[in-house]
Amino acid sequence: MTIEARERRQPWILLSPALTAVVLLLVVPLLFIVVYSFWLRSAAGADTPGFHLDNWQKVLSDRFYRDILLNTLKIAAITTAVCAVMGYPAAYFIARSKGNKLILLVLLMLPFWISYIIRTMSWINILGISGALNSLLLTLGIISEPIQMLYNEVTVILGLVHFLLPFMVLNIYVSLEGIDTNLEDAANSLGATRWQSFLQVTLPLSLPGLAAGGLLCFVLGAGTYITPVILGGPRDAMFANLVFEAIIRQLNWPLGSALSLALLAVLGALVLIYNRYLGMAQLAKGLG
Amino acid sequence: MDNTTRYERLRERLQNGDLDRRKFLGLIGAAGAAYGLQTPFAKYANAQTVSQVRFDGWGGIVSEAFRKYAFDPYTAKTGVTVVDGTFPGGDEYLAQVRASQPGEYNIAHLSGVFDYARYHSFDLTSALNLDNIPNMGLVMPALTNAFAAVTPDSLSAAPYDYGSTGLAYNRKYISDDEMKEKGAKILIDAAHKGKIGGWSDWRTRVWYGALQTGQDPNGITDIEAVWDAVRQHRDLALKYWASGAELMSLLAEEEIHVTEGWSGRIYALQEQGHDIGYYDPPKGFGWQECLFVIKGSPMEACEELLNFMLDPATSIAVAEGQNYPPALDPTKVDLGAKIPTLPAFDPTGTLAGLTFADPGYWNGNEADWSETFSRVQRGY
Repeated sequence: MTIEARERRQPWILLSPALTAVVLLLVVPLLFIVVYSFWLRSAAGADTPGFHLDNWQKVLSDRFYRDILLNTLKIAAITTAVCAVMGYPAAYFIARSKGNKLILLVLLMLPFWISYIIRTMSWINILGISGALNSLLLTLGIISEPIQMLYNEVTVILGLVHFLLPFMVLNIYVSLEGIDTNLEDAANSLGATRWQSFLQVTLPLSLPGLAAGGLLCFVLGAGTYITPVILGGPRDAMFANLVFEAIIRQLNWPLGSALSLALLAVLGALVLIYNRYLGMAQLAKGLG
Repeated sequence: MDNTTRYERLRERLQNGDLDRRKFLGLIGAAGAAYGLQTPFAKYANAQTVSQVRFDGWGGIVSEAFRKYAFDPYTAKTGVTVVDGTFPGGDEYLAQVRASQPGEYNIAHLSGVFDYARYHSFDLTSALNLDNIPNMGLVMPALTNAFAAVTPDSLSAAPYDYGSTGLAYNRKYISDDEMKEKGAKILIDAAHKGKIGGWSDWRTRVWYGALQTGQDPNGITDIEAVWDAVRQHRDLALKYWASGAELMSLLAEEEIHVTEGWSGRIYALQEQGHDIGYYDPPKGFGWQECLFVIKGSPMEACEELLNFMLDPATSIAVAEGQNYPPALDPTKVDLGAKIPTLPAFDPTGTLAGLTFADPGYWNGNEADWSETFSRVQRGY
């Protein structure tokens, strides 16, 4: 074998374990789901194999699924916006702090050490009728009766922000860290105020990080199902809850497959748009 | 020699320098490949040497009772380990079993004859050898007959306990008289708006919708009226709970004042000192639970465990622990002092006072009603 041929093969040899894992654990199961989406659920017992478009017709034409999808995208968008507004100052503070940066980063990562479900459930102890906040307000005499704060769309968004904020902060932080602070000094020396130099120099340069964090928060937020189950009311649901119900509660795997592929297609399209305009490199930096 | 010992010996050889690293990794890889290839056939070998049985149940106080009063003594007596898993609902568990390999799941604490029928429709029933379970003779015939109607030739489960999904209410806010007067309709009473709860299970919602519209849950004639009642309940409810733990937490924390609830869990709340009342309305939702042996399981080990669990001493201890009356016939077995005080207990052993879901009727409507409930829940 020539050296050139060996060099050509080397990357593939190194990539082969990862590629094998991706093919076996992602591509093959995904193909199963695609096949399943064309099957039919029988009233009881095994599903009916074949090539039927019924599930897809239902998913694409039924207003119910469209409305829940739009509501999911709305909740994910609000969550992303809140994460951006809350996450940017925090990331800026960490990036510009001197000496205690490591401690701040560890504090930022700390929530990841606790189960997502436990973190979500902690809001029940904070916002519940006999939770910490109501107890405090009652003790201070601000309210005479406990306020019902839980089990609505606001608490669902709150739970999602709690879950996703570190992803946003980390992405913005990585972006801010890459900006040469001399650029801000240069802007200031040319007469710009600190606010102007931030708006015209730092913010535009950190936008790729903000966008990467936004994409991550949006995709993860739109795909969640446990937060509405724990913190939502009877009506609150996101699209992933419909997938869960179709597959687990109704045992309708074919419809659940079509629903999950529809969600994948919508979120995949967003990722493609992001990649077209901003590229995936920034996202990899943030995740790294 | 088990696999762990084999691996440890191999590692020791590597550490001693008797084996180079390449050979060590090669052997580990070969072992992994061999295990992967033989897994589908392992059930035949495993049937001969059973060292553990998997049991899945509802978690919480129920699992605690099983572990303390049944599994640990069984393991001490037989040497067979019981690995106990939990599930939040029968639907979730059935989805897991469907996706598993035969033999992966062995015994399940299933609820309702309709579940038994569903497992049968998915070809998941086994055939118990009742000669190996002599304690089955102590079980109420009313419970066994319900399963025999689904699988006349053999049984795949042993009845174990029963209970009801009745109305649970906080006496600080709702009196016993108000509860008796309003019955199931209290769940759609606007006076309690924002303080009403409900199980997210479509069967329970439809069942109570039927009661609220004055219909027979096993013969609904106007399903649209039922859906309207479900919508009414949805708009008045604060939260649909999804597990027994959540039910108990919502009531104990006074987030909700009234909901339907599982009799044993409500009794547990009462034992903890909470002033929670429990009321079974006329035609309230009764159910029986069984120990279902899933097809592909090591039958003899499972039958031995079932017989052990049906032994009066074990069965009564578990029943007192989980607060659900046992399947043992009270006319044949002395059930002690506590069990007759449990909600839904029937001293006659006929269970004529409880209304059970007709499996044919409910399973026949499952596809349609479960999907419709998903829509109704979301505001449609």
